[in-house]
Amino acid sequence: MIPPGGPLIVSALLFTIGVVGVLVRRNAIVIFMSVELMLNAGNLAFISFAYALHSLDGQVVVFFVMAVAAAEVAVGLAIIVNLFRLRESVFVDEINLLKG
Amino acid sequence: MILLKIVAIVLPILLMVAYLTYWERKLIGWMHIRLGPNRVGPLGLLQPIADVGKLFLKEEFMPAEANVIIFQLAPMLAVVPALVTFSVVPFGPGPATITDINVGLLLFLAMSSLGVYAITLAGWSSNNKYALLGGLRSSAQMVSYELAMGLSTIGVLIMAGSLSLTDIVHAQRAVPFVVYQPVAFIVFVITALAETNRAPFDLPEAEAELVAGFHTEYSSMKFGLFFLGEFMNVISISCVAVTLFLGGWSGPGPATLGILWFMLKLGALLFFFIWVRWTYPRLRYDQLMNLGWKVLLPLALANIVVTALVIYWRIHA
Amino acid sequence: MIEALFVGFGAAALVSALLVILHRNPVTSALFLVVAFCSLAGIYLLLHAEFVGMVQVIVYAGAIMVLFLFVIMYLNLGQDREGGAATVLRRMIGWLVGALVAVQAALLFAGHWAMGPVSGAPETGLGNTQALGQTLYTRYLFPFEITSLVLLVAMVGAIVISKGRGSRPAPGASAPAERPPRLEPGDRAAPPDGASS
Repeated sequence: MIPPGGPLIVSALLFTIGVVGVLVRRNAIVIFMSVELMLNAGNLAFISFAYALHSLDGQVVVFFVMAVAAAEVAVGLAIIVNLFRLRESVFVDEINLLKG
Repeated sequence: MILLKIVAIVLPILLMVAYLTYWERKLIGWMHIRLGPNRVGPLGLLQPIADVGKLFLKEEFMPAEANVIIFQLAPMLAVVPALVTFSVVPFGPGPATITDINVGLLLFLAMSSLGVYAITLAGWSSNNKYALLGGLRSSAQMVSYELAMGLSTIGVLIMAGSLSLTDIVHAQRAVPFVVYQPVAFIVFVITALAETNRAPFDLPEAEAELVAGFHTEYSSMKFGLFFLGEFMNVISISCVAVTLFLGGWSGPGPATLGILWFMLKLGALLFFFIWVRWTYPRLRYDQLMNLGWKVLLPLALANIVVTALVIYWRIHA
Repeated sequence: MIEALFVGFGAAALVSALLVILHRNPVTSALFLVVAFCSLAGIYLLLHAEFVGMVQVIVYAGAIMVLFLFVIMYLNLGQDREGGAATVLRRMIGWLVGALVAVQAALLFAGHWAMGPVSGAPETGLGNTQALGQTLYTRYLFPFEITSLVLLVAMVGAIVISKGRGSRPAPGASAPAERPPRLEPGDRAAPPDGASS
């Protein structure tokens, strides 16, 4: 039997690591990857509650989160590629002007 | 117990992979009206052993600026997903399966998704522009055809009502699904050819294109692993195709003959793979992507819709 | 046995997530993220969510991360080069905020409202996939259909964004910029013109 708070602790720590990644790294793609980490932490929390409360609603929500995350990654990476074409850089410190 | 099953199934598979290379060369020899390998051992049967020996004895190269860890990881990634697929394929009734998980079909799709990494990483870590282009092209090709492959298996899923490969075989005891799902079978076989980077879809790795594609910088046993990994992929996808469409181990006669029927069907499908390789010219990359997205994907979707409509009509009419 | 597997997968997920944000090279970060996703899939399998676990490997590890790797290789990103006092200060603030979030999570768990005693997996008598399908197509039908619209919009959007300004006239050009003619076999190579896209 899995300890009841186990998956939740893992989820919280993963979320924390994702937050640190977004704040510390300056590469837009790595920031995006940290956002994906946070999404997955949320997914893990949903699944662990679905396991504990004997309901499938958690798994259904995870299903939708995965679909939306896939859509978000597609559009986000397209934006990053376009930004790279414009600014020759993916570092968010250098992409800080709206003009152009 | 399960370790014994793993050894009993994986070792013959490895032998089959080695001898598939021999069989391919013999077969294409006969198609070209010449003899294949016939020097090494009686009828050339020791040829694969000679090949492996040659590969072991060659010099190992490491390109100058290559990323060493990923360079050495990529060939392993080519082999492992194909091997994992064998763990869910029902080779015969009862204990002739390593395990039966209730999402077996999804495990197969997951492993074929992971197989993309080998080629992508091989191309990138070689620090060679031709390898990188070959790797990127190949990964785009594999990802595109994975979609059509997954969708073509949904028709089978609707008819069998379960994702477990053993249940799918049981649902075909009377009639194999290829009779009910011919379009899905054709789509699956074509996408299988593209997934395993076999001709006519082998632009990313062909010798005359892009130098040698993603395995330009690989030599000796690392190249051997890619080579064997490709054939292992061919066998594993053929096993899954036999399970999904050709009835798996079902056949006339007692159930204990199951393994024999499975091997016969597998042999027929492998013959088809080898045959196609040496019959059709290579597809250009844009033709290849055209085929995957504009022809096979809509076909697979239409197949799902038609299957669902027919099943619904049969239940409610 | 299951606890040991869970501890193993959990540790693998956390360690590889940490290495994602610590590594300089974006490709290595992406590969560690793949490892993290596969460990998470293992945890999902242990929590009796087999369908979601396999879909996690297929979608996240097998498609989304391939897309990430593709973009990283296409943009030919090398190692991240960063340094300087501002960087160190920013990093310290980042880790501090992270520590605050972790402390917040620890306080939440200490409050004993997170989980009560659990007694097992969802018991419905059907397989996990079948039960999930039934719930999805009856109670969650509308979000399902809307998700398909979301995916369609994302597909169209990604193509439109990455096409760039292909068909609009270049700024400053006297005539609308046209694409160079397709070379047929037998043509001499056309000299490159100075029109920008």
